[in-house]
Amino acid sequence: MITRGFKSTRLRSDPSRVPPGQYVTNDFPVLSAGPTPRTPLDAWSFGLRDVHEKELATWRWKDLLALPSSTVTVDIHCVTKWSKLDTQWKGVTIDALLEAAGLAPPTPYLTAFCDGGYTTNLALEDLLDGRGLVAYEYDGAPIEPEHGGPARLLVPHLYFWKSSKWVRGLAFMEDNEPGFWETHGYHLRGDPWKEERYAGD
Amino acid sequence: MRASPIRWLSAEVLQIAAETPRVKTIRLAVPGWRKHLPGQHVDVRLTAEDGYQAQRSYSIASPPEEDGIALTVERLEDGEVSTFLTGELRAGDQIELRGPLGGYFTWTVERGGPLALVAGGSGVVPLMAMVRHRAAQASRIPMHLLCSWRSADDVIYRDELALLAARGDGLDVTHTLTRGAPAGWRGYTRRIDREMLLEILTGPDARPIAYVCGPTPMVESTATLLVSLGHAPERIWTERFGPTGGGS
Repeated sequence: MITRGFKSTRLRSDPSRVPPGQYVTNDFPVLSAGPTPRTPLDAWSFGLRDVHEKELATWRWKDLLALPSSTVTVDIHCVTKWSKLDTQWKGVTIDALLEAAGLAPPTPYLTAFCDGGYTTNLALEDLLDGRGLVAYEYDGAPIEPEHGGPARLLVPHLYFWKSSKWVRGLAFMEDNEPGFWETHGYHLRGDPWKEERYAGD
Repeated sequence: MRASPIRWLSAEVLQIAAETPRVKTIRLAVPGWRKHLPGQHVDVRLTAEDGYQAQRSYSIASPPEEDGIALTVERLEDGEVSTFLTGELRAGDQIELRGPLGGYFTWTVERGGPLALVAGGSGVVPLMAMVRHRAAQASRIPMHLLCSWRSADDVIYRDELALLAARGDGLDVTHTLTRGAPAGWRGYTRRIDREMLLEILTGPDARPIAYVCGPTPMVESTATLLVSLGHAPERIWTERFGPTGGGS
């Protein structure tokens, strides 16, 4: 439906680079559902858990930093419509975590759990082959707490709520059970190129 | 189980009213609308003649008890959607929208209270839907609304909030102005701080539910202060409008 009198006033973004319904911003807006948690680094750890919540592997902060790191430059897309291009992150891939733990993934789904009680569900295949990172640096500096520091998940090919802030671990799941935002109306997977914003999209 | 998609609906503009020089309220008739919860938003989609589309999210200002919906939109200078909605749009026009969206920053009287609502600028919009819903339900749940504005000219819904507060049914409204106040202003004239939250809001002992909405720095500092005052983090709900994150 044509909207009477509406004309574009922005520079058109490259449709091969910016998914439908998104616009490019140079800011880094903050969106989260509650207060910003602040866990001291000496009390911080990252865990991998099995389907019964049993800890399979745990890394303290300095252990995480000692793992082989990857630095990636990626575009990020928030479901609230902004996209930010060429963001640089450093962290540890999920592949590297699994390798360090000597683990073969037991189930096809995981839930990321975080300080503040947030969770988000992810398919294993969306995390492997370098697609998922536990990031601890943004643009060459530690990630600010309001942007999810000390560590956040980075899964840039999905809407950015999947890159959960303040991540503390991943738990394997038999089924793809929805996390926090997914139970509040957002899509179970969230592929920005398919515009999977809300449940049912 | 697969949810059914949230469809795009065609909405007709019934009326546009100026709240402040930069803020307008757009009243819409939306055939096919299903009732929203106070605090939810819609996605608005505009389409240019050449097919170009732009989408943004806007909070719903009206309560579910009213027919149709009202959106209160602040004009952002570089916002192609907000400048259109506050500048070009006229009664009788059609726009596309879908919703209601967003299931977490919501409140109904069934959820109880007491309530501590804190708004920065146009962050008051989803909170206003809660205020109006409470009034429409003739609820006496204690509700404190603290609003921070740059100047007296920026205050949205001032008269309506004053009338509702004057009912004496448990709603208290406090404004603070951060960049200067007119002669005779008797309210606060500073940014929201610890003392203000202590003076205005229900204390943590009463376990209020807090909803905080506004620009990121204001929400960050308010939520952090509430936690430091002893409010339970899981009872603090936030919605942040980044410079471009909320609804440009």
